[in-house]
Amino acid sequence: MNVYLKQKIAFSVLFLCTLLVIVPVLVILAIIFVKGMSAIDISFLTEVPIKGMKEGGIFPAILGTLYLVLGAVLFAVPLGVLSAIYLVEYSRENFLSRLVKLAIVNLAGVPSVVYGLFGLGIFVLYFEFGASILSGSLTLGIMILPVIITASREALESVPKSFRIVSLSLGASKWQTIRHSVLPHALPGILTGTILGLGRAAGETAPILFTVAAFYLPKLPTSIFDQTMALPYHLYVISTQVPGIPENVRYGTALVLLLLVLLLNLAAIILRYQFRKRKRW
Amino acid sequence: MDTHTKIRKIKEFIIERLIFLSGIMSIIIVALIFAFLLKEGLTLFWQVPLSDFIFARNWYPISDPPQFGILPLILGSVLVTAGAAVISVPIGIGSALFIAEIAPPKTKEIMKAGVELLAAIPSVVIGFIGMITLAPIIKSVFGLPTGLTALSGAITLAFMAMPTIVSIAEDAITAVPRQYREAAIAMGATKWQTTWRIVAYAARPGMLAAVMLGIGRVIGETMAVMMVTGNAALIPHSILQPVRTLTATVAAEMGETVQGGEHYAALFAIGIVLFIITFLINGAADLYLHKTKK
Amino acid sequence: MVAPEIKISIKDFSIYYGENAALKNLNLDIYKNEIFTIIGPANSGKSSLLQSLNRLNDLTPSYKKEGSIFIDNEDIDNADVESLRRRVSIVFALPFPLPLSIFDNIAYGPRMHGIKSKSKLAKIVEKGLREAYLWDEVKDRLDTPAMNLSGGQQQRLCIARILAVEPEIIMFDEPTSGLDPISTARVEETLRELKERYTIILVTNNVAQAARVGDRTAFLLMGELIELNDTKRLFTMAQDKRTDDYLTGKFG
Repeated sequence: MNVYLKQKIAFSVLFLCTLLVIVPVLVILAIIFVKGMSAIDISFLTEVPIKGMKEGGIFPAILGTLYLVLGAVLFAVPLGVLSAIYLVEYSRENFLSRLVKLAIVNLAGVPSVVYGLFGLGIFVLYFEFGASILSGSLTLGIMILPVIITASREALESVPKSFRIVSLSLGASKWQTIRHSVLPHALPGILTGTILGLGRAAGETAPILFTVAAFYLPKLPTSIFDQTMALPYHLYVISTQVPGIPENVRYGTALVLLLLVLLLNLAAIILRYQFRKRKRW
Repeated sequence: MDTHTKIRKIKEFIIERLIFLSGIMSIIIVALIFAFLLKEGLTLFWQVPLSDFIFARNWYPISDPPQFGILPLILGSVLVTAGAAVISVPIGIGSALFIAEIAPPKTKEIMKAGVELLAAIPSVVIGFIGMITLAPIIKSVFGLPTGLTALSGAITLAFMAMPTIVSIAEDAITAVPRQYREAAIAMGATKWQTTWRIVAYAARPGMLAAVMLGIGRVIGETMAVMMVTGNAALIPHSILQPVRTLTATVAAEMGETVQGGEHYAALFAIGIVLFIITFLINGAADLYLHKTKK
Repeated sequence: MVAPEIKISIKDFSIYYGENAALKNLNLDIYKNEIFTIIGPANSGKSSLLQSLNRLNDLTPSYKKEGSIFIDNEDIDNADVESLRRRVSIVFALPFPLPLSIFDNIAYGPRMHGIKSKSKLAKIVEKGLREAYLWDEVKDRLDTPAMNLSGGQQQRLCIARILAVEPEIIMFDEPTSGLDPISTARVEETLRELKERYTIILVTNNVAQAARVGDRTAFLLMGELIELNDTKRLFTMAQDKRTDDYLTGKFG
């Protein structure tokens, strides 16, 4: 066979592969947007569910997810950023730092349902927080820790070495150098990672199954020790556990969840783009 | 040293201890996860021998007496995972090659954004769509009593593995030094010959790592698989039967167990199995990634 | 002639990076308020020596040293490293402005040392910029990014930034290697002025520059001190053949 014909065929096959990845994404989005739009109005977004979730809104689930995500970030961001600072600024190439990196890789790979088991074992039962926003937030926080650490590491590593040398040579201490000459310039990257972590936490179901999520709780949580509904779990419940839920309520819930997650990702992408454009070193 | 400096130094000492503690926190958390899984799960093995747990053919956790053989669940996971790998590996590697080597820059950016978009969709949403659109198609095409089968699970999970495979394989392909390509082209190879024989060959370890991480993601995936595979804890004989995976079992049954009971411990024991499997896969993939970088 | 006051005393000092010796058994004294120039080809250990004087070398994992350095008769190993680096400042070959405004670049050091008062900082910034001969060029745009300055201006900004922490010793590591002749002349002019109040160490691979500004000059080759003398003497009657060869451009 002619080599150029062969090349043409090969390229077409590869192009087809790419289409097979991307087209279904668009199809999924299109289906959910078209079918979900009709369910969404102000009352759907602001009212509590009624009549066994067949009617009313999904406000408690939206609010619950926001609480959980916020809690997860409050826990994971300080810990993740400090951890990245340790890896980039303090640790030297030795056994301990290799072990830390291996641990991070494995945390990123632990199945989400195992995080759920862990959260149940340690937060719900051992620390006796019960099934609560606190337990769920901490579990989600640990789950997104690798995302935050990895993004923060990349952000810190992208700050030129010269900034550190200049600051130290002016008599600043190591921490002052990190605080004033490194962190401010790594901030956009850390923020991007944080928003990606938010998106991840907002969409996860398995870690909150046994740690916080309530099946049907048509009132709002009042403290961090309360259970709460959450969007992804709500979608699971009304798709598989409760018969007779109108289709547009299910699609509407899926659309709200999808919009929340995609907007967070979009924000991260825009932020990253803006940052790269503005960067001057 | 003046007092201002002294106070600052004490503050910095505390902050630096805190940084060190946070730095090793990942190790502590991995150890804690394993410890708590063992704490809750090991009690099962006072009653059920390990070999029965893994090789017995029946998972009847609430019958009397209960039977805790996870072989059907392991086979369910293996079947779904293998199916997902068969679909996602060629497609994923193919599109990684296309995006990294062939696509013009603008198209490349759009395609990468598409892949990121896929990665961002929550698994419960993918499961929902799989259940509502894919399952009926499978049901009518194969004339089955239900569309919730291992095949539906494999197809759904293939999509969840693809972003991982594409993005990591693409990184590995892009990291192949430019000189390799130039040398091949200079010797008269076509672009395709260069891409396939030289670039793909050089990027093999990275692509292998990509595949392993993709499979790691599939084995651990819970919600989507629970929604589309039909959840029958039987030893599967065909990919067109309903199956139940390890992850789905834990997620579906934990809510109904008595805390501290046998069933409860058995689900944690499944957690131990999952933890060890993913630990090995991710550790191995990481080794390969480091090999590529060197 | 009165015996000059010794500011820095280097005793039996060697530097290793891993297995490689960068500096071998160096012994020399540097006097207060002189311009001490160090010349030599690349890899002769000049920059390594500077980075040891303010212990920036401590940051390099493979760095090892033998011997001692005394500043004002105090072993620098016993000094508080932050105050040591304040006293012993360095200007690098490339200007490294921080991505801050001109004002904040110069105020960076004083702020780190606990000065918060706005008016105090403003005074320090103005003084530094005047001493570095940059004030007239930038006084109307102190809040603009330092990265926008020209190369020569950036290098003088770095000098002003150092002056703001009130050092005793200023080390210049090939400060004009990236500059045009006019900017170079301005920096050299600045050096001569600074000598009145500071002890200056100038590392350069521009032999003519050493001849123009140096009081005394040391010639380093492959980590060894070959010759040290008054600059005029070194240039007119080098004792060692290698010095002569280097000065006349036979290698380097």
